[in-house]
Amino acid sequence: MSASGPRTFTPAPGAAPLARMVLAQSRMEARLMLRNGEQLLLAIVIPVIVLVGGVAAAGRIGLDLDGHRAVDVLTPGVLALAVMSTAFTSVAIATGFERRYGVIKLLGSSPLPRHGLLLGKILALLNVVALQLVVLVVVGLALGWEPTLAHPLRSLVGAVLAVGLGTAAFAALGLFVAGALRAEATLALANLVYLLLMAGGGVVLPTDTYGTASALIQWLPSGALGEAMRSALVDAVVDGRSLLVLAAWAAIGTALTARTFRWE
Amino acid sequence: MPAASPAVEIDGLVMAYGDKVAVDDLSLEVARGSITAVLGPNGAGKTTTLETCEGYRVPQRGTVRVLGLDPQRERSALLPRIGVMLQSGGAWSGVRAHEMLEHMASLHAHPLDTAMLSERLGLGDCGHTPYRRLSGGQQQRLGLAIALVGRPELVFVDEPTAGMDPQARRTTWELLEEVRRDGATVVLTTHHMEEAEHLADRIHILDRGTVIVSGTPAELTREGRSATIRLVVNRPFPDGAPESLRAELGAGAEVRQLDEVSMLVHGPADSTTLGRVSRWCEAHDVVPQTLNLGRRTLEDVFLELTGRELAS
Repeated sequence: MSASGPRTFTPAPGAAPLARMVLAQSRMEARLMLRNGEQLLLAIVIPVIVLVGGVAAAGRIGLDLDGHRAVDVLTPGVLALAVMSTAFTSVAIATGFERRYGVIKLLGSSPLPRHGLLLGKILALLNVVALQLVVLVVVGLALGWEPTLAHPLRSLVGAVLAVGLGTAAFAALGLFVAGALRAEATLALANLVYLLLMAGGGVVLPTDTYGTASALIQWLPSGALGEAMRSALVDAVVDGRSLLVLAAWAAIGTALTARTFRWE
Repeated sequence: MPAASPAVEIDGLVMAYGDKVAVDDLSLEVARGSITAVLGPNGAGKTTTLETCEGYRVPQRGTVRVLGLDPQRERSALLPRIGVMLQSGGAWSGVRAHEMLEHMASLHAHPLDTAMLSERLGLGDCGHTPYRRLSGGQQQRLGLAIALVGRPELVFVDEPTAGMDPQARRTTWELLEEVRRDGATVVLTTHHMEEAEHLADRIHILDRGTVIVSGTPAELTREGRSATIRLVVNRPFPDGAPESLRAELGAGAEVRQLDEVSMLVHGPADSTTLGRVSRWCEAHDVVPQTLNLGRRTLEDVFLELTGRELAS
């Protein structure tokens, strides 16, 4: 080093503290997710349309919801839909294109370790989900939603567990798809699965409205998440079986991802 | 600083993809504080070699040490100390240039001032532009800024000036020279001889996965057996001119017609060759407008060693 002291490019390498890196990564990912028009459509616009449209239509066609008001049954379902759209579809698409564009590769030579990247993704995802839930709860309340107040603590615990495990299950499955397929295939599949599950996966409507198919649907992550949310917010029940189903899907998705994920 | 190990030490590296051997028993060393160019045609194994140093690939055989560390087992200790510029990509398509640089800076303990760095690399005007709308040259410069922002001891840059205009290329060269002056080590791959000759303290020429020659630019271009002669004549060459000139010059001469009035001749670096070319012109009724004996270039070195052109 010269006598004139450190210059512009004099090496001073070092990683930032892990917490700072993880926060930076999560802020970045959340910001990009909310900036992307398609993702915002998935995260907010579609669930709002489903909720408003569903409530309006239910009144007209006289959907039988076991004597409950449509808005009271549909709001928890739409909250579940929002979790699914972000945790599965948005995560899969975003990660698929991160692989394609070499973002994950570049981060792989940065000081941010793999587990830091994963933590950052989870935090970003939880941030976006929280934001979605706030918006949808407000819309639901505006439409006259009255969640059960029979046992508020049980409702809260049931809903928080459902959102947490549902996010974990769908994110693990989303990462599995993104890590195994090409970006375009991921985009197509993630959207297709989302549409299929929204229509027939027991997420927005109770699984028992699907007739004989309901026996199968309640084992899907979508059906389990929808049921767990409705149990918590309609009946004030912590739905242990659905939560276990979600935990099992989270474990399956994590194992598949760990086995197959390719960073590039 | 204690007597340090070389910045990079590669010994007997072998890397294959299926049947295709990308790197074949490659050994090289990079001295600290130098700019080292790894030069070779596309597919010579440059990127694979770099990516093994960066910890992306596991050596199939041989050993790789970077700053004295094993890029696989000591990855977490190594990564904060190196900067990497990928050949392409590396950023989200919707991220703004300054946002991306800020983000990468935030992963380091003592990052450079990003405004200064953007300014130096001419990225000041496009800071708000999403990555996908940056020109190829701007994306390259952002990639270089990302490699440097953590104030690394060692920077790997893969084809740093590909897609840059001459002005940006010049700026990049100056920047890399400043990085070296300030005490960091630079390893760059390129298939531009001019870039290697201008920048590098030491050049390793790669072909088919192995180092075919190493040396300083002066060493590599000094002791030539051959030279390049550039011939431009007053009217179009007759048919079959390259073949007949080659026959005139004998074995060991390469003749390439560039257009209807000019040719490049690689041949023994002596006055006999020049004399023969000029006699040939007389015999074929064309008058030389230009008849230059050029300095030996890295292109000539490569051609001599492999019998092929380096330029891609």
